[in-house]
Amino acid sequence: MARFVLRRVVGMVAVLFAISVFTFLIFNVIPNGDPALRIAGRHPTRGQLETIRSQWGFDKPIYVQYGKTMEKVFTGDLVSYSTQLDVDQEIINDIPRTFCLAIGAAIMWMVLATVLGLYTAVKAGKFSDRFLTVLALIGISMPVFWVGALMNYYLGFKWKIFPNGGYVPLTRDPAQWAYHLILPWTALSLLFIGVYSRILRSNVLDTINDDYVRTARAKGLSERQVMLRHVLRNSLIPIISLWGLDFGAVLGGGAILTETVFDLQGVGQYAAESIGQLDVPPVLAITMFGAFFIVVLNTVVDIIYAALDPRIRLT
Amino acid sequence: MADRILEVQDLAVSFRTDEGIVQAVDGVSFQLEAGEVLAIVGESGCGKSVTAMTILGLTRSPNARFEGVIHYKGTELVAATDEELQRIRGAEIAMIFQDPMTSLNPVMKIGDQIMEQIQEHEGIRDAEARDRVIDLLDRVGIPRAQDRVDSYPFEFSGGMRQRVMIAMALSCNPSVLIADEPTTALDVTIQAQIVQRIRELRDETGAAVILVTHDLGVVADIADRITVMYAGRVVEEGTLDDIFYDPQHPYTWGLLGSITRVDRPRPDRLPAIAGLPPSLADRPEGCHFRPRCPHEFSECTKVPPLDPRIPGEPHHRDRCWLSVEEKRELREIGPGEIGLAGEEGAAA
Repeated sequence: MARFVLRRVVGMVAVLFAISVFTFLIFNVIPNGDPALRIAGRHPTRGQLETIRSQWGFDKPIYVQYGKTMEKVFTGDLVSYSTQLDVDQEIINDIPRTFCLAIGAAIMWMVLATVLGLYTAVKAGKFSDRFLTVLALIGISMPVFWVGALMNYYLGFKWKIFPNGGYVPLTRDPAQWAYHLILPWTALSLLFIGVYSRILRSNVLDTINDDYVRTARAKGLSERQVMLRHVLRNSLIPIISLWGLDFGAVLGGGAILTETVFDLQGVGQYAAESIGQLDVPPVLAITMFGAFFIVVLNTVVDIIYAALDPRIRLT
Repeated sequence: MADRILEVQDLAVSFRTDEGIVQAVDGVSFQLEAGEVLAIVGESGCGKSVTAMTILGLTRSPNARFEGVIHYKGTELVAATDEELQRIRGAEIAMIFQDPMTSLNPVMKIGDQIMEQIQEHEGIRDAEARDRVIDLLDRVGIPRAQDRVDSYPFEFSGGMRQRVMIAMALSCNPSVLIADEPTTALDVTIQAQIVQRIRELRDETGAAVILVTHDLGVVADIADRITVMYAGRVVEEGTLDDIFYDPQHPYTWGLLGSITRVDRPRPDRLPAIAGLPPSLADRPEGCHFRPRCPHEFSECTKVPPLDPRIPGEPHHRDRCWLSVEEKRELREIGPGEIGLAGEEGAAA
């Protein structure tokens, strides 16, 4: 186990290093990417630009710039080129919003997809299965920015059933917190519920013909116990890894569209705004932030995997 | 005569498939008495496994049709509700399956899988159930049962897993044990141990056993009576001695002839009955064995009834139109050797 953790930590450092280098380089080759112009404001003189370049270190070789930037990421001194605000502080402020969105949605889509996938598998071929299959496909096909905008417009703005975007901290008012997050959770979950329930349905239909399921029936277990203890548990194992990765991506600010449509001001929305302004420091920091969660969740998934399936050994 | 605990009467099972109606079992009847070992023998696809699984209702599906009755101690099983069947499954009638490699849940400890069955039928506490599981594992010959109870199936060899399956089947002291090809997936030395184990446990517990197999060699050690099935029908039934020393149906001769024996000269090829069993969706008219039978004659286009044909032996019945004298002559393919003439690689 110690070896496993060590290997994963080494791997994570390597991944984060590679990702940061790529992100940094991408912004250096993008046209109109000169940060000095951005910092200087309108109509700067050549002298002003020179001053900014030497102040910020843009005249140094690229690997020195990279090294300086990375140093600032970890010391917390990184500031945005466009707003001059502290990037790490901005991300820390946004984290609760993104985490609340991610955790709530991940629970929601996993629970609903499990129920839906199991139900459609049990009813395979019947009308209810076909009807829900069509619904799942619609859910998969609808883009978040469109569904989110429709929800926001009708349920939020027009009929005023739900608040029209925004975020209320959990610590201030839990009821309002949930009330404001229901629409974003739903919008974000729709796609995942569709995909996961389809995968689970086919896993269940495969598993249900396995010999040990027949054994379970021959033992005299009720159909419910057969399904829950033997079929579902084995069918869920592949879903868990998918779930871990998607959850990690959303935690790391991957729900850019959902956060933006519902104006949650989370990490994802911050990323979207920063990309729009070619603002390298926040993009770099958020990319690493996201990559960190994906790598960590991947490791967590492997641990859960080994717990669920004893044939898997952690190495 | 001992108590009759299980009686199958005119059981017919058919499945609706893409290729049409598959008549897997066609009018099978047999009885089982307490403590008796009945072997159901036949090639793959003769309906023997379907018959065995139908007793426990494991073949139920929207595409399956059942006729006939199965009486178990006063309960009729073909029309029984799922709840009635669940009470009987595992507790009264238990089953061991063919492939121990896949018949255990790979992600559950073997102890838990057995405990689950015990606790389903008897409301006993975990500790008590666990002790019983350890005792059971010990009885089926698992060394260090105390430790192995927490092992997973993948940590066991095939023979060990089949022992676990047997322990599971015996966990609630069933009156009937159905073993569906329990040794097919195992190598020969393990086969003998498993059969030996089943026999000892039968003696200890007094459970009746239905042994489903294609291997008459396995049967010779353990069966009291034998039912030979072909293409969904019983073609011959009798005691172990009837079937081995006075077999009446040419198909039985073929099965006997295809047993390799160490006390006979080694054949160039292993003997096998020529041809293949018919598709259950499209069976030949009359005697189903007719297309593969070298002794076929004009009568064979009519279905022979399962009748006692040897005077004074009412329990030895078969479905073949040949006279007893003809049969006794035709089946001798060598001195003291029974087989089906024309059998591939046979001595004849």
